[in-house]
Amino acid sequence: MQNALSVVFDSLPYLLQGSFLTAGIVVFAMFLGLFIGIFMSVGLVYGNRYIRYILTVYVWIFRGVPVVVLLFLFYFGLFAFLGLNFSAFATVSIVLGMTTGAYQANIFKGAILSLPQGQFKAASALGMSDIQAIKSVVLPQMLRLSIPAWSNEYSIILKDSALAFVIGAPEIMARTQFVASRTYQHLSLYITAGIIYFLLTWAGVIGLRKLEQYVRIPGYSQHGNQ
Amino acid sequence: MMTDKKPILRVTNITKSFGDITILKSVSIELAKGDIKILIGPSGGGKSTLLQCINCLVLPDSGEIELDNKRIHFTRKQDIYRLRQQVGMIFQDFNLFDHLTALDNITVALRKVKKMSKKEAEKRARLELKQVGLDDKEDLYPAQLSGGQKQRVAIARALAMDPKILLLDEPTSALDPTLIGEVISVIKELAIKGMTMIMATHQISLIHNLADEILFMEDGRIVEQGPPGALLAAGNTSKSQGFCDLLDKLSEVEE
Repeated sequence: MQNALSVVFDSLPYLLQGSFLTAGIVVFAMFLGLFIGIFMSVGLVYGNRYIRYILTVYVWIFRGVPVVVLLFLFYFGLFAFLGLNFSAFATVSIVLGMTTGAYQANIFKGAILSLPQGQFKAASALGMSDIQAIKSVVLPQMLRLSIPAWSNEYSIILKDSALAFVIGAPEIMARTQFVASRTYQHLSLYITAGIIYFLLTWAGVIGLRKLEQYVRIPGYSQHGNQ
Repeated sequence: MMTDKKPILRVTNITKSFGDITILKSVSIELAKGDIKILIGPSGGGKSTLLQCINCLVLPDSGEIELDNKRIHFTRKQDIYRLRQQVGMIFQDFNLFDHLTALDNITVALRKVKKMSKKEAEKRARLELKQVGLDDKEDLYPAQLSGGQKQRVAIARALAMDPKILLLDEPTSALDPTLIGEVISVIKELAIKGMTMIMATHQISLIHNLADEILFMEDGRIVEQGPPGALLAAGNTSKSQGFCDLLDKLSEVEE
């Protein structure tokens, strides 16, 4: 017991360094996903038949293939084939970003469809182009509505980032396994890793809830319209 | 009486179908500056679709729209955007932008479409809010306004764009009876100032007091049209007369 605690204590700085990498992966992936998700949701709602078809195929690929398979496919397969020399960190960030992008596209699409149709009409009637109406009227409301689902997506991506260890990115999980395999303190070390993941999830979800309250439209109840 | 004036808007033989159902069957309207035409008739008759065709929110299948003698090409986006900037629209359910204050509901199009600076746009928006009696409400969001106030903001928003024509699609139908008065008085003020309007309404006081001409729509056609004095004269057997009698009776029941 004494030994277990001291191993945890000694290795904590090393493990916490991994949490910076984990945080980096999550932040990069979430913003890449946000970018992909916004464009795709607009395409899924307002695009023509061909655009919608292509985007739907994208969604199904990233929904249907496990993240681990995608990681190996991109890291050892696709990037090597294309002659790209991406680090494990970059690969994990890109793969998770593209995956959450597919899910975020669906979240945003649902949010757009739940907005009252008349507002888009009103924007058009004022002479705004479709793109102006989407930017000034649809997106600001759609993003507000999406925050609860987005925080769900955050916790999923945070946990999926642990898969980065399979291609050797030195994040929390990889470092924990490295220390555990040398000290044999599996129980205490994995509990520590679990606590770090839990705290990161908790902090992010609380932060997003604060954001949701901050951007709330006055006069509206917190859950749904009217 | 108005026939000697040159029309600013000419809608000719507009037809519109949704699937197998034909909503508009070759409808034509001419509008001169200052004209107020009022559309009445049973619901499903095509009033709303006609109004939305006039500013191309719904694209007509065939027919022509001319604004100031310039034909609008339905396939040219630039033509359509230009048309909409000159033809304002008021909706039955207001359609304010829920995430913006009363003031920003007005400034957003001024800035994006008319490319005004923030300062200019706000100055103009405050002027318009004052016109509809809401200068003290500029910081409130739509959810914090009553129905009548929302519709007045919507009117201010449309007027800020300096439209030549205003289309009103049952502007008082979604309102509580106690809130109708404030919107009616704003619309009457517009009429006094000489605003050119086409309005679908079942508000009997608007029909009687404002209409230069009543257009009775049924089954996608204008089946009757004429000045209210002629159509609604006592003893007349016109459809419009029958319809307005019915509206009169209904409003008596309400009171």
